[in-house]
Amino acid sequence: MGATRQTSPPAASRAPRTARAPRRWRLPFSGWHLVLMPLALLFATPLVQMVLSSLKTNAEIRRFPPTLLPRDPTLSGFVQLFTESDVLRWIANSVLVASCAVLAQVLLCSMAGYGFSRMRFLGRTGAFVLIIATMMIPTQLLMIPTYVMFSRVGIVNTLPSIIVPWLTSAFGVFLMRQFFLSLPAELEEAARLDGCSAFGVFWRIILPLAKPALATLAIFTLLGSWNDLIWPLISISDDRWFTLQLGLANFQGTRRTEWQMLMAGNVVATMPLIVFFVLAQKHFIATMTFSGLKG
Amino acid sequence: MNGLRRAGTGWAFIGPSSLIILGLSVFPAGWAWILSQQRWNGFSRPRNIGWANYRAMADDEALRAAVLHTAFYTALFVPASVLGGLFIAVALNRRIRFIGFYRTCIFVPFVASATAVGILSNYLFDPQFGFANSVIRTLGLPAQKFLEDPRQAMVVIAVMTLWSGLAFTVVVYLAALQDIPADLVEAATVDGASRLQAFRYVVWPQLTPVTVFSGIWQLIGALQLFDVVYTTTRGGPLDATQTIVYFLWEQAFKQLRFGYGSAVAYGLFALTLAITLVMLGYSRLAKVRAF
Repeated sequence: MGATRQTSPPAASRAPRTARAPRRWRLPFSGWHLVLMPLALLFATPLVQMVLSSLKTNAEIRRFPPTLLPRDPTLSGFVQLFTESDVLRWIANSVLVASCAVLAQVLLCSMAGYGFSRMRFLGRTGAFVLIIATMMIPTQLLMIPTYVMFSRVGIVNTLPSIIVPWLTSAFGVFLMRQFFLSLPAELEEAARLDGCSAFGVFWRIILPLAKPALATLAIFTLLGSWNDLIWPLISISDDRWFTLQLGLANFQGTRRTEWQMLMAGNVVATMPLIVFFVLAQKHFIATMTFSGLKG
Repeated sequence: MNGLRRAGTGWAFIGPSSLIILGLSVFPAGWAWILSQQRWNGFSRPRNIGWANYRAMADDEALRAAVLHTAFYTALFVPASVLGGLFIAVALNRRIRFIGFYRTCIFVPFVASATAVGILSNYLFDPQFGFANSVIRTLGLPAQKFLEDPRQAMVVIAVMTLWSGLAFTVVVYLAALQDIPADLVEAATVDGASRLQAFRYVVWPQLTPVTVFSGIWQLIGALQLFDVVYTTTRGGPLDATQTIVYFLWEQAFKQLRFGYGSAVAYGLFALTLAITLVMLGYSRLAKVRAF
């Protein structure tokens, strides 16, 4: 966790200890800059280009050689996006799906994580093992039966069909359980003696303490549900219920040549996450590290 | 009585999640197994055909091609992602000026969706006006067709998925690097090891569990490649980027072959499981503990 923490000294900026041919001159800065600067720029280029070209006209985007900065910046791509497509509706759909997903996972996963870590009762271990085992099942295996199931219930091609699979997750339950296991038990015991109900203890004492883990879970869920493509693609065919990602992906087929509009859409879909990432980088990195080390 | 009440409270907490998770995974997984032994288009009466779907997979040229394309992508993506991630993590693991800027630049693509990656790939690698060709022309080389060339398309997809996916390996390696006590490396250098030797003999062995783990993790992801194919080439040109999951999706949801699609999905599951077990077994033999 916390990739910003550093324990190793800056090896490269230190004078080398080993005997080497004496060097006549030394770089006035760490040699790693020569590696990192080009790499950083290379990684930033696509996103920077995305933003810059969303401000260009279609004609300028299609010019060769490409221009770096827009000659006369214009918002016509955004205007076209918002007037000629249902993008506002798709944004609303995506926001609804992502907020339901985040709220539901925060509540349901922390409840289950609390139950699995702090209570002893019949069937607890069996249920937990079963839930962990489901993490092995690839989603591709579940798509066909889930589609059939949802169409029998009659929710296929509606927003609930893309919300329901995000309501809770084995990963989230596991994450919250691990977190609660690390909390000291005395707190809740005191509250229990004061006559608090089990849910009262969970709601008033435990949940407020769980903020770091909840942030990790919320970011994980937000990224997943906002960016999901394959399941909306399967379940939704009516463009009123498109998510933003699905709507943009379908532009690729129908409006492939209208680059200014595509780029504007891309900015609208990606920029919120980028801003959020830069603001909450620490939590994002904790999320990535945890999802990497869960095994 | 007390035990009953405790069970009631406990299940009130774990019930909702357990019900949803098991209902949306174990139940459909079992159903998929039944489906994989049937011929069914979703409307008519399903017909039980035993192992015929699995036998048909063995003779399916298109599926074989999809497996080969997926293998090619995996062979490009997994080693590059593990080695590249390790290299960048080592580079980023120091306290120099601008390090925060470098980290942000390298990590930010992680939030880009498959749609965003797809649109950017089409844009940057456009044969007519793309940046990639602009760079290539400046170097005096002939312009390339990239995503429109059957031999290059998968490479472009690998490059762009690396761009957005590399941050994951970097972060995992970076966390592991920071857990290695600094005096360990210090001691080696005092004993006369060069910086490269210290890395090879002191740091690298400590990282092996992470290497095995992130290798398996990225491998599972690579075998399931779908999204970026859908948002760039849609399997083309000449089916050159048709992957296993893309094939599965077309079979199930374009051709409505639910039975055959389920069989392919179980095939993919078995393949993933087998490769993971082999990798784990190998690392166990090599005296490495990843989990």
